[in-house]
This record gives sequence, structure tokens and C-alpha cells, in this order.
Amino acid sequence: MNRYLLPLGVFAALVLLLGVGLSLNPREVPSPLIGKPAPAFQLPQLHQPEISIASKELHGKVWVLNVWASWCAACRDEHPVLTDLARSGIAPVYGLNYKDKRDDAVAWLKRFGDPYQTSLFDADGRVGIDYGVYGVPETYVIDRQGVIRYKRIGPVTPEIVQKKIVPLITELNRS
Amino acid sequence: MASWRLGGSILVLVFCMARAAWAGEAAPAAADLVLEARVTAVATELRCLVCQNQTLADSNAPLAVDLREQIREQMKQGASERDIVEYMVARYGDFVLYRPPFKAATVLLWAGPALLVMAGFIALFYRLRRRRSEIAPELTAAESARAAALLAGNTDAEQR
Repeated sequence: MNRYLLPLGVFAALVLLLGVGLSLNPREVPSPLIGKPAPAFQLPQLHQPEISIASKELHGKVWVLNVWASWCAACRDEHPVLTDLARSGIAPVYGLNYKDKRDDAVAWLKRFGDPYQTSLFDADGRVGIDYGVYGVPETYVIDRQGVIRYKRIGPVTPEIVQKKIVPLITELNRS
Repeated sequence: MASWRLGGSILVLVFCMARAAWAGEAAPAAADLVLEARVTAVATELRCLVCQNQTLADSNAPLAVDLREQIREQMKQGASERDIVEYMVARYGDFVLYRPPFKAATVLLWAGPALLVMAGFIALFYRLRRRRSEIAPELTAAESARAAALLAGNTDAEQR
């Protein structure tokens, strides 16, 4: 009996490791920016290019940054979820329009609705690089002191909003 | 002949102009080649996060193109390879390094294969040692005779 137990045990351990490994998503690279100050930026607005917004103007409130683009299919998927989040009013949602054409972006928002307080136009993607963006859509929760507290890679789902984002924002709003 | 010479020089002139006109990709100056070599050297040590099995140097993903451009600009401004790697790791984490760093978190990744091979050899060693003590004892004379008879296909012996 014993001589079968050892290989069986090793096999079971391997299966366990494989099971865990296969359930992980290799696209979700943990961000080193969590807990660090959000990188500073100064970007023109999408709808009013003459007016720029600097990141420090957003200090003092908890806010959500959503990286999106008109060419991104998944952004369409998360759009209703984001709209609900914005409508709930717990935190303003700012858009970072990443590597897009202004006309396409404006048309996209017109077609699907604009949940954003305002969208910032990051034409060459430099601000995106500073934020470690590599796969649109990505969503950040930033606190009053301008520190990144949470990053979601990929579209936000209602579950993520309920279980992670809303509780976090509520907690940050309290402090 | 004079006309050949004229024709020849016109031809040469046309070729030179054609080369200049075909300015799709101007030949880079020597300094740029050195820069490009350095950029590629750094890019080969970094991972493309979109096509995760490719280096930044190999990948054609838009992000990889952007990051290479970023590396080029930083190098033009005098950043060292180390500065650039730190810049990338600060934004993308350890995963952006193509070679996983040797840290507490990755010890199993680096040492794992060697450990498994060693464990295999140890198991083999013990197995062989035990096998040696399992060698069958010598047959007695009567048993050898019986064995021989059976092997020879002697039906009398089988009936015993």
C-alpha cells in the first residue's frame, strides 16, 4: 500500500498546483503602484482641449480614474457598470482617453453616453505609461492624498464594483 | 566612347538620385546605430506585457513600440540602462523584467528544477539500494534440478 501512496501523494500535489495555476490569470500583473502616489499629470480635456487639468487639482477627494479608448472593445462591455458607478455619486469618475483620436473618442461618448466627470486626452499614451497601463480598460481608485489604492486590470464587473470598489471608496471617504 | 561615358555618368547620376528620392528609411547616422544597439540591449531584458512571452525588442505590440520609444528618449537624455530598468519596474513591477529576479518570492522558480532533479536522484539511489537486497536467494540443488527439468519441457517433471 505504501509504495503507491508516495507517487499518489506527489501526483495529488502536482494536480493541486496545476489547478491553482490554471485558475490564475497571467494578464493580471500586480501593480507596484498600489500605495504609491499617483503620478502627476497635466492633460487637456477631451471636450475642451484649451483647458488642462493637473493631477494635483484632484487632491482632497477620492476619485476613480478609468482608462478607456474608442478602439477598445472591452470598454464597451464595462460601460454600463461604469455608468452605474458614476451615477451612484460616491466618487467622481474621470476618464483617461488613451492613445485615441479626439473625434473618435467624442463620437464614442456621444454614442454610448458619457459617465465621466471629464475625460483627459492622453494622445501619445505617456501618462498611461506612468500609470503602468498595458491593457485597456484599467481602473484606479485614488484617495484624498493622491495615493493609488486599487487598480483593476480589465473591465470592471458589477461584482468588482460591489465587493472591492464601493467598500474601498466608502472607507476612504470616511477617513 | 564619349557617348558611352555620358550615358554611364547619367545612369550613375540617376541611381544616386533614385537612392536619395527613395527616402523611405534614411540610413541612420553612426551615432544613431550605437543608440539603437543600446536601446535593443535594454529592450531584450524587458518583457512585453501584452505579448508576455516576447521581449520588448521583439514585440510589435503598440505598447512595446511606445516603450521602446520611451527608452530611446531617455537614453538620449543620458539615462543609464539601470535607470531605465528601474523606471520600468517602478511602473510595471518585477514582471516587466524578462529574467525573473532572484528574490524570496522566486526562489522556488529558480531552484525548483534543480531540487526536483536532486530529489529524483536520491529516490533512484534508495530504490537501487533496496533492489540489491531483494535479489533472490540461491536455489537449493533439488530446486535447480527441478527448474532445469521444467525448462527442458519434461512432462514428467511438470506432473510432480
